Amino acid sequence: MASFRAPPRKGENFELAADLNSEYKDKRKDAIKRVIANMTVQKDVSGLFPDVLKNMQTDDLEQKKLVYLYLMNYAKTQPELVILAVNTFVKDTDDPNPLVRALAIRTMGCLRAEKIIDYLCDPLQKCLRDENPYVRKTAALCVAKLYDLKPELVIENGFLETLREMIADSNPMVVANTVAALTDIHNCAVAAGSNEDIFVITSHVLSKLLIALNECSEWGRVAILSALARYETESDQESEHICERVVPQFQHANAGVVLAAVKVIMIHMRNVQSENLTKQLVRKMAPPLVTLLSNPPEVQWVALRNINLLLQKRSDILSNEMRVFFCKYNDPLYVKVEKLDIMVRLAGESNVDALLSELKEYASEVDVDFVRRSIKAIGQTAIKIDEAAERCVNVLLELIGTRVSYVVQEAVVVMKDIFRKYPSTYEGVIPTLCANLDELDEPEAKASLIWIIGEYANKIDNADELLGIFVESFTEESYPVQLQTLTAVVKLFLRKPDTSQGLVQRILNTATKDCDSPDVRDRAYIYWRLLSTDPGAAKNVVLAHRPPISLPRMTVSPALLEELLGEISSLASVYHKPEETFVGRGRIGADAISKGAGDLNDEKQVTQKALQTVVAGQQSENLLNFDDPTTEEQPSGIAATAALAATPAAANLLAGTSSNPLDDLVSIFGNVSLTSATAPAPQQNVMGGMGGLSFGATPLAPSPAPPQTPSVLQSTSPPAQPQQAQDDLLGLF
Amino acid sequence: MISAFFIFNQKGEVLISRLYRTDLKRSIADVFRIQVVSNSDVRSPIVTLGSTSFFHVRLNNLYIVAVTKCNANAALVFEYCYRFISIAKSYFGKVDEEAVKNNFVLIYELIDEIIDFGYPQNSEIDTLKTYITTESIMSTAAAVEESSKITTQATGATSWRRADVKYKKNEAFVDVVETVNLSMSAKGTVLRADVDGHILMRAYLSGTPECKFGLNDKLVIDKSEHGTSDAVELDDCRFHQCVRLDEFDSTRTISFIPPDGEFELMKYRSTSNVKLPLRVIPTVNEIGTSQVSFVVTVKTNFNNKLSATNVVLRIPTPLNTTDVDCKVPSGKAKYVPAENVVVWKIPRIQGGAEVTFSGLAQLTSTTNRQVWARPPIDVDFQVLMFTASGLIVRFLKVFEKGNYNSIKWVRYLTKASGSYQIRF
Repeated sequence: MASFRAPPRKGENFELAADLNSEYKDKRKDAIKRVIANMTVQKDVSGLFPDVLKNMQTDDLEQKKLVYLYLMNYAKTQPELVILAVNTFVKDTDDPNPLVRALAIRTMGCLRAEKIIDYLCDPLQKCLRDENPYVRKTAALCVAKLYDLKPELVIENGFLETLREMIADSNPMVVANTVAALTDIHNCAVAAGSNEDIFVITSHVLSKLLIALNECSEWGRVAILSALARYETESDQESEHICERVVPQFQHANAGVVLAAVKVIMIHMRNVQSENLTKQLVRKMAPPLVTLLSNPPEVQWVALRNINLLLQKRSDILSNEMRVFFCKYNDPLYVKVEKLDIMVRLAGESNVDALLSELKEYASEVDVDFVRRSIKAIGQTAIKIDEAAERCVNVLLELIGTRVSYVVQEAVVVMKDIFRKYPSTYEGVIPTLCANLDELDEPEAKASLIWIIGEYANKIDNADELLGIFVESFTEESYPVQLQTLTAVVKLFLRKPDTSQGLVQRILNTATKDCDSPDVRDRAYIYWRLLSTDPGAAKNVVLAHRPPISLPRMTVSPALLEELLGEISSLASVYHKPEETFVGRGRIGADAISKGAGDLNDEKQVTQKALQTVVAGQQSENLLNFDDPTTEEQPSGIAATAALAATPAAANLLAGTSSNPLDDLVSIFGNVSLTSATAPAPQQNVMGGMGGLSFGATPLAPSPAPPQTPSVLQSTSPPAQPQQAQDDLLGLF
Repeated sequence: MISAFFIFNQKGEVLISRLYRTDLKRSIADVFRIQVVSNSDVRSPIVTLGSTSFFHVRLNNLYIVAVTKCNANAALVFEYCYRFISIAKSYFGKVDEEAVKNNFVLIYELIDEIIDFGYPQNSEIDTLKTYITTESIMSTAAAVEESSKITTQATGATSWRRADVKYKKNEAFVDVVETVNLSMSAKGTVLRADVDGHILMRAYLSGTPECKFGLNDKLVIDKSEHGTSDAVELDDCRFHQCVRLDEFDSTRTISFIPPDGEFELMKYRSTSNVKLPLRVIPTVNEIGTSQVSFVVTVKTNFNNKLSATNVVLRIPTPLNTTDVDCKVPSGKAKYVPAENVVVWKIPRIQGGAEVTFSGLAQLTSTTNRQVWARPPIDVDFQVLMFTASGLIVRFLKVFEKGNYNSIKWVRYLTKASGSYQIRF
């Protein structure tokens, strides 16, 4: 061997080249395998291109596949040399062996070299009409590959027409792949801005699809079901017919098929008039959905996210099935969290006891995050079911009794929400809460307790003392706590003016002079002016009755929910976000929004616009942390936007850059009458987008119907959230 | 659809990489390594960065990763990942780093065949094995005919079966395997008890046999009608793709042409009248702050001709346990400090019998006043010839042109692994 003479850097490649040209077959094949191994670990073996190419013409199928694999990787970088391979490819597409024909056409489609594409059309034409279904099904997908590279060629050669004919193929697998290819091309064309519908599904096509559905492979079924979901029915009978034909797919072992079938049913059920059939469909949907939970955790998670959506539309689907959502000790956290959410959705008077004992159990587990969510779920249950509120409070009290710091803090936060929902009902709990004052070190818990003290200041004898503690440490506290302290003290003053005069004086002084948050200062100024000019008005504003909170049945807007239900089992339905937020090409820019602003009459367009607004707000987001609604610890994506809004300067900037807070208020009030509708107008897309965000992030936030009169100031006193500043801004709208 | 497929080892090194579509570059693998493999805080199986979504499944220190840039069908992608794992298992047994490295050529061949342009194609193990083998196939004249058969099978209405199967002795084995899920509260009430059943079949039948399968089930879509017979209520069933779903939907008959060899005919779920084979009664007392006493009784709840085997109880102890003094009448019990559990292994318990574990755990004193979370006791076991749901195979009929006699065997097994939990 002459390898020692080669420069050491090239040593291995040199040796490989020698072996690739060896006279022994085994040695050559072995060398190809080593080349592929090197390729996998990203060593550059592109220099061996001619040597590998020489081994392409062989009877050994395995070796052929390996050479093809190599070609697919390097064809783009070596376009000149690929030409040398063309001959073999074209010859292979004429091979008597169908496996070889299919392999050749499959691989040619994957070579991303301009030069070879021109040679692809003739063999492809032939393979599309091959007598062997295996070759045909491969060729069908090859058309989609070609379209991806050079759409003109597909159109020039009439491949689209051929594909449309192939939907009537006798072989179900060919039909499935044809459907997949057409759908792919259609999506590709739409993304490129074409308005033409490349894959028109007529009622004739529909019947072909329904036949193939029962016969093709599981993956093919998903492709066909997706096509069925796109079909726009001509009559209600047709919708019913589709539903009846698709329902048996619920029994399929593949979760992808089951969820795709659910999607089709959800879409076409909208047109089903017969109530009986609707009921029957919903009833048949429940068992398969539950069965999805015996899949591996990843599939379970996808199923759970989709079940969550389905429940928002039809809360009755799984009403008797809460127990199957009980968390197993060894479930992964992401599954447990979803299960919690669904359990609360399914909670009713009949099963609330079982749920509460379960939640109490979870609250003693090790994972802090899960424990907190469990406690939150107890609060949500209390708010959802009036009759069970007292039992929930008792459970919370027991949990506070454990004196585990994070349990106590979360319980306090939850209690605040219960107080909001049931004012002056559970005052007996207050002493217990106050007894844990020293335990609290998290801003949210502190702010919650302060809010409770302020709210019930006239019932707590030592309220001034307790608030005094916080006034003492005012400047060291975080802004949400400062805001709450400020409001609570003012409330205390309005209720017991004689004992707290000094306290209120002190805090207004500190807040206006020593505080570096303009937000806190502004609020202090407003209170100060109110108190000094018209205490009666102050009372009306600060002690006003707050709108009751309720558990939002939906976490997404109704329009978005409908859209997502039409995409069940897709990523969008898993994230509960429209596709445009995470798929690159579909992202909508500002110009697209203003373009859509013209015609408001069309209902569809309004819906679309509302969606776009949400999209615009979320555009900058990276979805790294999408499943975690409270994204505080991630200073990117949603949190980045939130953090921006939370810094008072930025909040001010958003509300207009005026230095006088009252000016801001006035200007915003001026807009109220125009903008109070729930669907945000286009020019406010930034704010609207944030609205979507913060309501999604804090499920217990006040109901999204903001007050429309100037008494909006009261919305500054609802429970403090981490994004308090943002909530305030929202309240103003 | 699926734009790329990768297998990473635990360090984030790429073992297998295959791009299916042009919308991605190979360097996307580095993004996954940085954002997921070396990020300990990933708490979701799908990670989306920008417009690229990574679906990953962890298995024996491997990451099986599918990447997509579109609004893909998430359930399908995960189903595909798991399908790949089961195909790999059937080809080379264990799926771990070493196996992947040793079989990378085969894996490339497989993933080239089962996905085309991001769309999963034929993933039937039986069919794949006919043309993707560990020995190389020569494309000779004789092979051409063989290939035509293979391709017809791979695309045919019965893509899961070859037409020319021949056996001297026609046999079919049916295994009913039930996994019991139980969570029992500390007070002894059953919070959740259900059965995940799998009916596995090994069919060694010649020709193209048409099978009909019957159970004592009473599939209840509507829960309001309750049966009075010995019929078992199945909440839901799911079938292998060979079963004609439309026929099942209209007449409730399970008819199919089975694949050759082993496959999972159906899965079912049952939640009513679940017979719990083992009853566990724990009594755990914390004696002051330095000791915890355990008395755990296991009773078997079935005919005394049967027995539970491979019974393993995992009894959690507080985190600050130094040692546990165990006393058991049968089997072996040992404290495993690394996992904070006492593992009690009993090779065999007869039906109707009862065994009791007693132990005393010594604790060190700690300053940490957090209460002990008391994770549940977990029991693994197997009981042969017993079904927790009460399901029985009524008949399996085989019709074939050859009109041969076939022998059918039925076995029942009820087991639990990691899902039979008793709180205390």
